[in-house]
Amino acid sequence: MWPNKFDYARAGSVDEALGLIGDEGKFLAGGHSLLPVMKLRLAAPEQLVDIGGIDSLRGISANGGLTIGATTTHAEIADSSDVQAICSALASACGQVGDQAVRNFGTIGGNIAHADPASDPPTVLVACGATVNIQGADGARSVGAEDFFADLFETALDDGELITSVSLPDLSDHQMAYAKFPHPASRYAIVGVCVALKMDGGTCEHAHVAVGGATVKAVKCRGAEAALAGSTLDDAAVGAAAEAVKADIADWLAGDIAYPETYRQQMAGVFLKRAIAAATG
Amino acid sequence: MTTRIFGSGIKRREDPRLITGEARYTDDIKLPGVLHMAVVRSPYAHANIVSIDSSAAEAMDGVVAVYTGDDIEGLAGLPTAWLIPDSDLKTPEHPALAKGKVRYVGDGVAIVLADDRYRAQDAADAVVVDYEELPAVIDPEEAAGEGAPLIHDDVEGNIAFRWVMGDRDASDAVFNGADVVVSERILQQRLLPTAMEPRAAMAQYNGATQELTLWCTSQNPHIHRFIISAVTGLNENKVRVIAPEVGGGFGSKIPCYPDEALVSWAAMKLGVPVKWTETRSENYLITIHGRDHVQHVEMAASNDGKLLGVRATVYAGMGGYLSTAAPGIPTILHGLLYVGPYTMDSVFCESIGVMTNGTPTDAYRGAGRPEATFLLERMVDNVARAIDMDPAELRRKNLIPAFEDGYEVATTLIYDSGDYPTAFEKALGMAGYDDFRQAQADALAEGRYLGIGVTAYTEMCGLGPSQVAGAVGFQGGLWESATVRVTPTGKVQALIGASPHGQGSETTLAQIISEELGFPVEDIEVVHGDTTETPMGWGTYGSRTTPVTGAALAHASRKLKEKARVLAAHLMEANVDDIEYADGSFSVKGSPDQAQSIQDVALMAHLAWNMPEGMDPGFEESQFYDPPNFVYPFGTHIAIVEVDADTGEIELQRYIAVDDCGPQINPEIVAGQIHGGVVQGAAQALCEGAIYSDDGQLLTGSMMDYCMPKADMFPNFELGETVTPSPHHPVGVKGVGETGTIASTPTVYNAVLDALAPLGVKQIDMPLTSAKVWGAIQSARS
Repeated sequence: MWPNKFDYARAGSVDEALGLIGDEGKFLAGGHSLLPVMKLRLAAPEQLVDIGGIDSLRGISANGGLTIGATTTHAEIADSSDVQAICSALASACGQVGDQAVRNFGTIGGNIAHADPASDPPTVLVACGATVNIQGADGARSVGAEDFFADLFETALDDGELITSVSLPDLSDHQMAYAKFPHPASRYAIVGVCVALKMDGGTCEHAHVAVGGATVKAVKCRGAEAALAGSTLDDAAVGAAAEAVKADIADWLAGDIAYPETYRQQMAGVFLKRAIAAATG
Repeated sequence: MTTRIFGSGIKRREDPRLITGEARYTDDIKLPGVLHMAVVRSPYAHANIVSIDSSAAEAMDGVVAVYTGDDIEGLAGLPTAWLIPDSDLKTPEHPALAKGKVRYVGDGVAIVLADDRYRAQDAADAVVVDYEELPAVIDPEEAAGEGAPLIHDDVEGNIAFRWVMGDRDASDAVFNGADVVVSERILQQRLLPTAMEPRAAMAQYNGATQELTLWCTSQNPHIHRFIISAVTGLNENKVRVIAPEVGGGFGSKIPCYPDEALVSWAAMKLGVPVKWTETRSENYLITIHGRDHVQHVEMAASNDGKLLGVRATVYAGMGGYLSTAAPGIPTILHGLLYVGPYTMDSVFCESIGVMTNGTPTDAYRGAGRPEATFLLERMVDNVARAIDMDPAELRRKNLIPAFEDGYEVATTLIYDSGDYPTAFEKALGMAGYDDFRQAQADALAEGRYLGIGVTAYTEMCGLGPSQVAGAVGFQGGLWESATVRVTPTGKVQALIGASPHGQGSETTLAQIISEELGFPVEDIEVVHGDTTETPMGWGTYGSRTTPVTGAALAHASRKLKEKARVLAAHLMEANVDDIEYADGSFSVKGSPDQAQSIQDVALMAHLAWNMPEGMDPGFEESQFYDPPNFVYPFGTHIAIVEVDADTGEIELQRYIAVDDCGPQINPEIVAGQIHGGVVQGAAQALCEGAIYSDDGQLLTGSMMDYCMPKADMFPNFELGETVTPSPHHPVGVKGVGETGTIASTPTVYNAVLDALAPLGVKQIDMPLTSAKVWGAIQSARS
């Protein structure tokens, strides 16, 4: 595990970080996505700009919705009572990333910048309509999570741009769950399904559904959402949603040698049912 | 309070330094002026080397030298050291760096020596190798077939050996006359040994004395000394091999690898120390793999459940080169186990060793015996299904009855002792077997799929009689030697030739000495892992350290005890026949006030002020011990699983293991060996498996894809024991290092297939991933 040579700089502020970053540079937060690929020499940035010491990038604020700083760790999100109240599925998903040591270092911003399709938080962010807040040399912009994740390890980030935070709407009146089928080797998701259900009595007013793990990026599943909306979540509706979700992800399927695309697609249906059961249970 | 009780579960004496990170492994040893070696490795499974351009690498900062295969002069190829007789064995040359052709991904083509490990890697990346890619073959049966690419010019048809056990005509007669014959093609997938510490080697050469010191991750430093001496041409007494702390091996640190030869050669060439430590990525590519059999198996039985015979044709993948002990694994250590614990009279095995473009294979925990036990137990379950008999009942009907001293079976082995029915019934009782069958039926009515697997096994370990080793072509002995050395102050050093690396032998061997001589365990140090400090030995593998080294220590201790008795009698002016020994103290019969402790006697032996006539001074004895037979531990394992038909996921709900390894020196260590072994074996059934692409790229090259077992995959194991001493061992003990791995793979596999039987699923290749199980359920339903 011998990375290539690189320069290292530690930034004290967002402006300083944006000023330091070079053409072949990468921002370093928790390092739990970037450093392994550097050690394997799959990535060889010439420069790392460490943003771990920038206080303004870290922390969770509940302000109607949620704003989560980019260098907030998975563990902090999982343990946050605000997150548990406003978007419990995100706390659940962040609590299932890696192991405790990884969660203590890995950050939400680093996670989504890396855009590993089998990671847990992106699925919840896409399901719940999160917004990714980005700062660049030319100013700030915000991108919806669904648009942020472009493809396998590809995001809407331009060179030199830095994720500053992630915003979520207040979903405290939704019943939600993140159901994960972990890969036995890596414990990344073979499939991960997030559902958030707005219930009115026994009727589902609307549903948010997204799938990751089985796909090259987290995918918003509108067919499944439509199948659930207006239903009483009876077996027929849930069955229809489980079928619809397979169609929703059909264009984005991913797999590996042990767990091929077709299997993961079928499992998305199974885990949608399990997510609904967990959300309403 | 001293602890010296044989049979007590005292804590492992090696653990404090291991769990606090204070242990010193090869990579922890720093030498001034050391050069770091990085190896340029082939990215192709099979290719001609057209050219190598190292000029850019040589010009880089800190780079001292770059050598290719053509530059390596005076270093012989690595030998194969298990030469199976009557098998038409071919041993293709295995140069430390490839010459002209590479034969697996990871095969070394050049080495870079630099003053810093990072710079060495940068320079290795800058070596430009032009390859002409050749067609590759990975599957051993395919590699032995028509039209397969030829991997070594001097190994025709890629067949390195063809070993036959038994009489084919006699087998035909049994199978042709049998009521029932079942058959299955069994895939024993490749496994990656994955010791916690990757391999490492560092060499230092003193030109003035012409002495080479090699620190390396070895299970058998004396074998490494022998091979390094042979390949470098140095006299064996000028080579010192030190295996410092070694972080697990599972067989993968038995072989002598190119890397160890290369650091030795480079240290001699350059006159400075040279160090190499494997990365985990390299570990998966170049450290030996295990298993890799394609087996065509048949079993014959009568309709009333008498097992008549088993036979198999085995295609065993050897990889690109024949590793040190490789030919012995799918032959001697495999076929000879075909009878198992059953009264079965007909066995036949044809084992074909096949060169492939995979990583070389060699001994991996159990080494040949798990592959035999699996096929046997799998076929017993298939017979049970074919004749509609309960699989436990079928086993019960065929178990060899209890015997205390010798039972010859059809493979010509003479089992030392066994009481299979007692262990079997105990395990069934612990599992509540009959009740489970009812619970299983009830669950099925609810649409839940429960299954149970039962394995009765015996295995051959404590390797072994040297005469047998010679007869089967093992290029070494299999005895051990040991010295028990007591200092004047009554502290003990036990010097052993074996080289434990995580088994807890520093504790168990001390317990043997303590039991024999009365020294407290905490006063006994077991010294191992240095060819200059320790007497000759053949190493730690094959569950042999307790059975063989333990016996040597027991005998050496008994010699010392006899000397002590005579000296004590002399000092107390008593007749030797009147000396009584108890608890580390010698006293005169009838005069209990007069006593000499073992420590007193040791001091007096060292002072030698007052010795009996003819007695030499000192308090130290040595023993060479060549076991008269193998030892044969045995037992019954049971697994209970539930399969989720929606996903194909398997939940291992209960695991019961009743093992008999004779008297247990330390039950905690025995349990630890069984726990680890069961996990390793169950993981073969459930999740582990190296997968190659068709062109020979290892697709499971990291733990992201290669599924190591994890603690949360397992229930608490339910262990039981029976105690049947080995008749030929001085303290009756048998090995227990591999039993868990040998028994657990078929136990878990058969449990899963039992659960899936109502769905019509009959066979799934291991590992039983949820995707494969789910796919098999879909296929059976459609």
